[in-house]
Amino acid sequence: MHQKKLRWRIIKDRAFRGIVVLLAFLSMLPLFLILFYILKNGLLALSWELFTEIPKPVGEKGGGISNALIGTFMLVCTAGVPAIFLGIAAGTYLSEHKARKLAYWSRLGVDVLQGTPSIVIGILAYLWVVVPMGGFSALSGSIALGVMMLPMIIKSTEETLNLIPYSLKEASLALGVPYYRTILRVILPAGLSGIMTGILISVARIAGETAPLLFTAFGNAFMNWELSKPVNALPLLIYNYATSPYAEWHRVAWGASCVLVGFVLMMNLFARVVTRKWKMQF
Amino acid sequence: MESPFSNKSPGAVTRSSRWAEPAFQKIIFLSALAIVVLLLGVFVSLFVHSMPSLRAFGPAFLFGKTWDPVRNTFGALPFLVGTLLTSFLALLISLPFSVGISLFVGEYFKQGPFSAFLKNTTDLLAGIPSIIYGFWALFVLVPIIRNFEMKAGIFPYGVGIFTASVILSVMIVPYTAAIGREVIALVPSDIKEAAYSLGATRQEVITKVILPYARSGIGAGIFLALGRALGETMAVTMVIGNSSRMPQSLFSPGNTMASVIANEFTEATKVLHLSSLIEVGLLLFLVTLAINMVGRYIIKRISIEA
Repeated sequence: MHQKKLRWRIIKDRAFRGIVVLLAFLSMLPLFLILFYILKNGLLALSWELFTEIPKPVGEKGGGISNALIGTFMLVCTAGVPAIFLGIAAGTYLSEHKARKLAYWSRLGVDVLQGTPSIVIGILAYLWVVVPMGGFSALSGSIALGVMMLPMIIKSTEETLNLIPYSLKEASLALGVPYYRTILRVILPAGLSGIMTGILISVARIAGETAPLLFTAFGNAFMNWELSKPVNALPLLIYNYATSPYAEWHRVAWGASCVLVGFVLMMNLFARVVTRKWKMQF
Repeated sequence: MESPFSNKSPGAVTRSSRWAEPAFQKIIFLSALAIVVLLLGVFVSLFVHSMPSLRAFGPAFLFGKTWDPVRNTFGALPFLVGTLLTSFLALLISLPFSVGISLFVGEYFKQGPFSAFLKNTTDLLAGIPSIIYGFWALFVLVPIIRNFEMKAGIFPYGVGIFTASVILSVMIVPYTAAIGREVIALVPSDIKEAAYSLGATRQEVITKVILPYARSGIGAGIFLALGRALGETMAVTMVIGNSSRMPQSLFSPGNTMASVIANEFTEATKVLHLSSLIEVGLLLFLVTLAINMVGRYIIKRISIEA
């Protein structure tokens, strides 16, 4: 009787362990399936033409995604530069004046913005930029993406700076270096790896964002270099082509997905290398 | 020759520091202030622009079952139901998997290539853009589910609430798992050892000691995953079927709050239609705000205790 109960408990233990291992690996399955399909269909669609041509109308073979690549590049740059400056400055404030009232409210704002669904940020960019400007534009898209980037950069800056030992700052101040230079030349460079990681991850994130671009950047079948006009972006192109009924467009969409996933994974990998290689030990 | 103590060395107090110092302080102050202003702007803009719809429908907006842009009648209930159904179903599907990963990484294999592999893969899963999930679901998952529906004798839409929940569950696993593995690794080893010394098997330690101890942390992970699931737009929009009628079953097409905005915003020409959509956005914002705050509050409380 006793023996039997013991054996039952051991079997239960083994079974539980088996289920945990099974579940853990089953949940990895989607990632590999997704990567498999993207590679299988995407690599076939990759060609020189894909990168150099603009999309062709329905019914014509071929066509590329060059306008979407340029568009995404434009959006990420115009969103990124101000967001990085503002983000690092705000992150510095949060880390330097931890206990102030403004820091509390600002931190709350960062938390709220980080959790805000991207479609809502799209609505805001529409109300703030598209309506006053009288039409969809690349600028409104970059503002939406910039707002999405901000909380990520502020968070990573604040958290990195909090880890830098106070003695480093004291040493610099003791040498007579003014406060602002201590921050700019000693503290921020010491936290470079953390801040860079945040920037890279946030760029990877916004490069794949679609929802806030639907009614801001809007998409464009032609090449556009102007900030005041609608512009195509890689995720928008994938959305429009994937939901279209044309096989030729699906093919292009797979190719574009392959490019997008490749870019995102590269950025993540790059972020990891930066964290590992540039990390300062204190 | 330049002296090492010239003005160029970073240590010297230069004339510029007289204005640069306050300017620097002002810049970082204004940046922090900008975030608060931005947040207030979000509230005010959403509220002001949903005024026409708030005035026209009042609280009945939340219970109205008809969303008909042609007759200018807007009730958000189908989307509220659609959002709740997809999110909770997705949580339900993903829970065993995320707990599995958490236990695998946080308890069974704390070190070693397996856990490193799992950690990296979950991070990658979290990094893949939602449009890619949607695209994949549309071309791979939808046919599978359509097949299943044909065999089960349900009308084979393929797209629908269930399909959206499945792809959502894949997307939120990394979020719950990331927090789950941390809290499970935080369970103090003395209470685990106490249970072992009483003769408990590992399974008994996990179900009777570790999981109850880590309960609130896993709960926080679920809340944060819920916050993400509620606001997820693209993947859901592509596979939910986009029907503004009340969903009749789990397999019927529907719409979530986010997907109806994505679908109709650019087509909304009437003031009332647009402002109703903005009100849906306001609701979505407030709901995710509340859920994220609860999740963060739990996490903060745990990390103070630990």
